[in-house]
Amino acid sequence: MKSFSLLSRGTGAAFLAPAGLLIGAFVIAPFFWVIFVSFTNRSLLGRTAVDPDFVGLANYFSLFDAATFFTRGEFGSSLILTIQFVLLSAVVGQAALGMLLAWMLRSVPRSLKHLTETVAIGAWILPEVVIAFAWFAFLDYENGTLNMIMEALRFPRGDWLLSFPFWAIVVFNTWRGTAFSMMLFNSAFSSIPPSYFQAADVAGASSWQKFRDIGFPLIRGHVVTDLILITMWSFNVFTPFLLTSGGPSYRTEILPIYTYRIAFRDFDFGKGAAVGVVVMLINLIFALFYLWVMRRRAKGVAA
Amino acid sequence: MRSYLGLYFTRIGFSVATALIGVFFALPLVWFIFAPFNPRAELGLSIPEPFSLANFEAVFQNGFAMRGLWNSLVQSVGGVILVGAGATLASYALSRSPIPGKSVITYILLLFSSVVSGSAAMVPIFLIINGIGLIDTQIAVILVFAGGLLPTAMFILRDFIDSIPKSYEESAMVAGASPVQAFFDVALPVIRPGIVVVVVWAFVSIWGSFLIPFILLRSSEKMPASVAIYSFYSEAGTPIVTLLAAYSLLYSLPVVILYLFVSWKFGFRFFGGIKA
Amino acid sequence: MRIHLHAFWLSLAAATTFASPTISADLSITCRCVEGGVNSELAAWVKKSVIPGFTKMKGDAVKVTLTEFAGSDEQLTQQLALDFSTGAGPDVAGFDGFLIPSFVEGGLLKPLDELAGDAVRKWDGWSHITEGSKALMSYQGKPYGLSLGTDVRVIFVRADLLKEAGIDPASWQPKSWADLLDTARKLKAKNPDSFPLQINAGVPMGEATTMQGYWMALLGTGEEVTDDKGRYIVSSQGILDTLNLYKTVYVDEKLGDQRAQLLGDGRNRTFANFRDGKTAMLLESDWFYRSVTAPDSEFAVENRDEVMTWAKMPAKEPGKGIRGQDFVTISGGTGFVLNPNTDEKELAWELLAFMNSKEQLAEFQKYEPRIRIRDDVEIADAPFLAETSQALLPLTTARPNDAKYNAVSAEVQRMTEAVVSGELSPEDAMSRYRDAVIRIVGEEKTVSLL
Repeated sequence: MKSFSLLSRGTGAAFLAPAGLLIGAFVIAPFFWVIFVSFTNRSLLGRTAVDPDFVGLANYFSLFDAATFFTRGEFGSSLILTIQFVLLSAVVGQAALGMLLAWMLRSVPRSLKHLTETVAIGAWILPEVVIAFAWFAFLDYENGTLNMIMEALRFPRGDWLLSFPFWAIVVFNTWRGTAFSMMLFNSAFSSIPPSYFQAADVAGASSWQKFRDIGFPLIRGHVVTDLILITMWSFNVFTPFLLTSGGPSYRTEILPIYTYRIAFRDFDFGKGAAVGVVVMLINLIFALFYLWVMRRRAKGVAA
Repeated sequence: MRSYLGLYFTRIGFSVATALIGVFFALPLVWFIFAPFNPRAELGLSIPEPFSLANFEAVFQNGFAMRGLWNSLVQSVGGVILVGAGATLASYALSRSPIPGKSVITYILLLFSSVVSGSAAMVPIFLIINGIGLIDTQIAVILVFAGGLLPTAMFILRDFIDSIPKSYEESAMVAGASPVQAFFDVALPVIRPGIVVVVVWAFVSIWGSFLIPFILLRSSEKMPASVAIYSFYSEAGTPIVTLLAAYSLLYSLPVVILYLFVSWKFGFRFFGGIKA
Repeated sequence: MRIHLHAFWLSLAAATTFASPTISADLSITCRCVEGGVNSELAAWVKKSVIPGFTKMKGDAVKVTLTEFAGSDEQLTQQLALDFSTGAGPDVAGFDGFLIPSFVEGGLLKPLDELAGDAVRKWDGWSHITEGSKALMSYQGKPYGLSLGTDVRVIFVRADLLKEAGIDPASWQPKSWADLLDTARKLKAKNPDSFPLQINAGVPMGEATTMQGYWMALLGTGEEVTDDKGRYIVSSQGILDTLNLYKTVYVDEKLGDQRAQLLGDGRNRTFANFRDGKTAMLLESDWFYRSVTAPDSEFAVENRDEVMTWAKMPAKEPGKGIRGQDFVTISGGTGFVLNPNTDEKELAWELLAFMNSKEQLAEFQKYEPRIRIRDDVEIADAPFLAETSQALLPLTTARPNDAKYNAVSAEVQRMTEAVVSGELSPEDAMSRYRDAVIRIVGEEKTVSLL
């Protein structure tokens, strides 16, 4: 059968129109505004609100100014913090834990599977103000549930949000987002024909061998999708602000919180916009990197 | 025989590990099961004696907060309808028409939307909404959410539709259906599980978010629950733990019910294919 | 560029909205005030006294509504800035005076007389308002709004705790920082778990750090944030002395509650510490007395008249304070401004003037007794207010009326946090402050005294 398109140009355009209009008005227009403003010193208050100047790349240079780059509370230190945060909480935390859960859930009793899925998904779907408050109560120094458990186990209490603020938000973000990866991998695994695994069982393969040789290679595409999405989401996640406000001493000021401070506390829109553009470029680099790794490994397996 | 034993031990090991991870997910939420029913609740975990609905009575009397729940519903449902319909039509068109470089387009839109979801774009969005005279309207919140969520929704749905063979619609068209009929009668029922995923995801995203309604709305009677919840903070900004816990439970119920409903009706998982 | 943008938005607006003729006039007021919540007294006064009174005066054609804003000060500033830049927003808005210069420079506020003309110039209220009070909401000599009143800062003292440590609270008045620290040490020795002395620092507390903490110490070294030519002082002995005071209190001797200065809800923790008798000496504004610890409020101090007293903040050493003073304090003021784009310019001014009429301010005293800006409004019968204003208004100082102050203040907060958390030494923190301030205002507007 010759390949023909199912939709005519006109119908296709009509189908695209509603989404196109909304995206055009509320994604593409603001996007180009952000790019444009990142080359100006526009602010909301002060003289440059009325009469902003075109400053070329000055905002970008000030972000990457070597003298202050690594100072806590400046862009560079926030960028490094964010990359650590994304690698630990999204890639290691959400994706790896989600993969582990999805794999294990295939061979545990049904009731346990349902229960675990439900609490994990609960962590993912509850509103962020609710979740932040639950964690605030959970980590409270004087009365929090975690310190109650620590005491019961004869461990010393921890002042979690002050002594380990970064680890608190890493664990928090892992906890919050694992459900998505778990569900995605879950359905990916179940799309693999069961006969593949049965054959491996007959050959006496261990669970790890089945994962390494059958499960993982067959869902590689899903892994890339998952990593692209959760990396992007974690780069943009604002919820830790509700837990730590970026503090103490900027130790949890990941880029979304940094941008918020620059754009909405200092009202420095030019610089805030520049941060937004840089974050997008970093997302692009991460996405290309994932695609490249997966293609290379796919070739390696084929060879 | 050895392999059966191996399987058996793997099962036990996996069950223990899964249970432990389950506990890790459950622990921070345990407090929320008890505190709403405890008229003397504090940040510490304690079992209410006796169980009481007094906190809820107080919450029901706060008109601002109750209206907040209704507003959240209006904004979420409105946004979900636009995202669901817009993304389905658009991703179907992208999947089934011969536009060159369409996966690049979807991906670029996804990256754009990541810039816009950051706080840097709040200002242009405010200016646009103000320019079209929609400041302080629910429709503004709905439109902005729809625009922001559509790229990701299309990203998820397009991969899903790509995995459905074209022969479904082709055979319908051979039988004389128009392309539009083929879409509504043949493709749509097959895509439905994918739409459910997108709809749930969009609903949850809008239901919980704070910043966009906060920037775009002014009157207190239009604010959603995520903003109204701050009326349970005292004068100086300390949480009134008892009322906050009870309200949080009410605020969480719709998404929990939605999850239970969808998982009962469809089995809550991603069907078939999200792939890059 | 701005004009282009405006033309674009205007054409968009024209294309999509239908102008509707207004028959009756609507006025809206916004303030960070919620009945039963934050600044409850203010909300109650506007709702129960101002609005009914104004409606009675103008007739039913005028409808006034109050939007009770429940978020933080910063969030309100954010919304107002966006609103004023686009023509949206309330006609009359609650506003902190120190933000006026940066809003004016940004074209986000207009002088009262430019908005409402002769009605402003001829207002009979001006003759009852001192220049100092007018200055609280003015920039470059022009008033942009009217203040609700001014405030002063003192050390609030728990008399019962002092007594327990064998100090007579009635006569206790530290003459120097050394006196202050000595008392704190005595109290700490008496009760090692307590945090006897709290001086605000850190980022989470925002402007409260700069006003209640940093300024109160810095003024005692004879310096201000700027010199007499308006240049920002970026390195000096005064800054170092101030930071070393913080270091002594929070890092070296743990005389103050360090966690309260670092956590997001820290300011409430300091209030709770004072209420619960964990802190004996807290530097705060008289708002702490008027509102925070008032009977029936969350941080009400039990038996307040007996256990709570106050003392003046001493200079580092007698005579070493600003202008050679022995004691120091600083004042600010919040009030109301007019939206520069209001459709009802004259009416909005009439409402603002009505709020500041003798009758309405006298009525306000029943909700919240305070020193009002009008000299024909009687001072409420509260000895604390009378005493503090008498003792401190002659000594007080104001923040620089400068558009960049807000940004510099944020750097002050970072500098103090770095020291209080033990992250940086006072010298390193000051050197980082110097770099940051130079970036904000430019090197020529700064001065180094070391």
